[in-house]
Amino acid sequence: MANIRYAKDNFELGENQSVLDCLTDRGVPVPFSCRSGVCQTCLMRATGGTKPPEASQQGLKDTLKLQNYFLACVCHPDTDLEVALPDDDDIQAVIPATVKSLKLLNSEIMYVALECHAPIDYRAGQFINLFQDQSVGRSYSLASVPHEDDHLHLHVRRLPQGRVSGWIHEELRPGQTVQIRGPGGDCFYTPGNAEQGLVLIGTGSGLAPLYGIIRDAFSQGHTGPIRLFHGSRDQNGLYLTGELRDLVRQYPNFDYIPCLSGGDVAHHFAAGRVHDVAFRHIPNLKNWRVFLCGHPEMVKTAKRNAFMAGASMKDIYADAFNVSQSST
Amino acid sequence: MSQQESLYEKLGGEAAVNAAVDIFYRKVLSDDRISSFFEGVNMETQAAKQKSFLTMAFGGPHNYSGLDMRRGHAHLVERGLNDSHVDAVIEDLGATLRELGVKEELIAQVAAIAESTRNDVLNR
Ligand SMILES: Cc1cc2nc3c(=O)[nH]c(=O)nc-3n(C[C@H](O)[C@H](O)[C@H](O)COP(=O)(O)OP(=O)(O)OC[C@H]3O[C@@H](n4cnc5c(N)ncnc54)[C@H](O)[C@@H]3O)c2cc1C
Ligand code: HEM
Ligand code: FES
Repeated sequence: MANIRYAKDNFELGENQSVLDCLTDRGVPVPFSCRSGVCQTCLMRATGGTKPPEASQQGLKDTLKLQNYFLACVCHPDTDLEVALPDDDDIQAVIPATVKSLKLLNSEIMYVALECHAPIDYRAGQFINLFQDQSVGRSYSLASVPHEDDHLHLHVRRLPQGRVSGWIHEELRPGQTVQIRGPGGDCFYTPGNAEQGLVLIGTGSGLAPLYGIIRDAFSQGHTGPIRLFHGSRDQNGLYLTGELRDLVRQYPNFDYIPCLSGGDVAHHFAAGRVHDVAFRHIPNLKNWRVFLCGHPEMVKTAKRNAFMAGASMKDIYADAFNVSQSST
Repeated sequence: MSQQESLYEKLGGEAAVNAAVDIFYRKVLSDDRISSFFEGVNMETQAAKQKSFLTMAFGGPHNYSGLDMRRGHAHLVERGLNDSHVDAVIEDLGATLRELGVKEELIAQVAAIAESTRNDVLNR
């Protein structure tokens, strides 16, 4: 059995246990959120010459991989590992940011604008981790576009009993300073192949990264068709509809299709689940670039369907907004 | 005379693997005989593993030993992996190459490489 060495302590790793579970069970305050290797909240570093398993480094930037960073929730080492929490003075240092404004976009989604105290290099659609306190952080995607927007823009959906989303909705105030880390993730627009069709499918606050990606694509001169499908149960769950309709008027290659899955559907809306509507509109996805964000089940199903409908695996970009099932 | 071209080179090397991987994986996922072995796993990791499989079957560079093949498929053998599944994989592989316009003669060589791992894959 492998041993995990943290600070002065040695913990034996249980069978099938992740390093995250091993440490949090013993009271070590490792932050975490998705527990599935996506959000990068549980970032740790292997020290003392030990190397983390490759599988626990998936999705990390090369610079982090080289420094033996890994994701504790998907780390199952066969050999002993000496681990530490990320230091404050390395590249993943926590950056303070001031809340510039807060605004409800609909009854459940809050727009948050943040001004970073140090410059941060990001792409629209990536995510940052926002910390409520040192051991509680959650991922939020970036709806802002560097060079176009002065601040970082987030869309935070409030979950019932949600610890961090509840705090953002109820307690956070303009002027307050919060800690963020990041950015991370590879769901963003890459220049090149400007004539390629882009199809973007999102549910709820999954619109945040997509809104950033679309505006980024426009600013980089994308000429191919861009189709946005945004889904919700009813009309109250949609937002930014005015802004998106303005973009439709402004860009002839852009189309916005709001989809409602909950029954009576008014004029101007497509009826049905968002990915079903999208695949009905574009049955053959060969040569399309696909972006999927939001509800994990939607993302999983749509990823498979997009691939089977002809999209190449390398052209599918996805962020499942995984919410931890057993949270702190 | 220059050195003889290897099977991997004749097929087109890494570019051929990249061209084949999506088509092959799509066939596997829509093949009811074997798709269940590939369900529920992360699609990106799976695609990466399909690439390893194709590189190996195309006679390309790889570091898998027979023991690795045994270990890598042991959990599948436990779930009932048998000869009929290996047949299906080899069939889908052939269909993929045909779709890409590869000559029958080369397809037979690829099938033979896959065939040579059968006992390791089935852990016997
Ligand atoms: C890569 C990534 C990007 C993300 N981007 C965004 C974003 O841009 N905007 C955004 O709003 N969120 C985003 N999320 C989700 C976000 O990180 C948090 O998980 C979310 O805000 C919930 O955190 P919380 O602390 O409020 O809830 P927690 O206190 O962690 O848990 C909430 C509770 O709600 C339960 N629950 C789970 N799903 C639901 C549901 N659909 N309805 C009701 N209850 C549920 C859970 O079981 C849990 O007990 C993203 C996640 C990832 C992994
Ligand atoms: C015909 C000979 C076969 C060869 C040469 C072969 C080769 C490989 C290789 C190289 C890998 C990657 C291993 C790794 O890097 O982890 C792999 C993984 C895998 N193979 Fe095969 N394979 C064969 C047959 C099959 C069959 C018949 C099935 C099931 C129908 C199958 C299912 C899988 C699965 C599911 C994985 C991923 C395992 C995991 O994620 O744990 N393979 N195979
Ligand atoms: S990546 Fe480990 S908790 Fe999200």
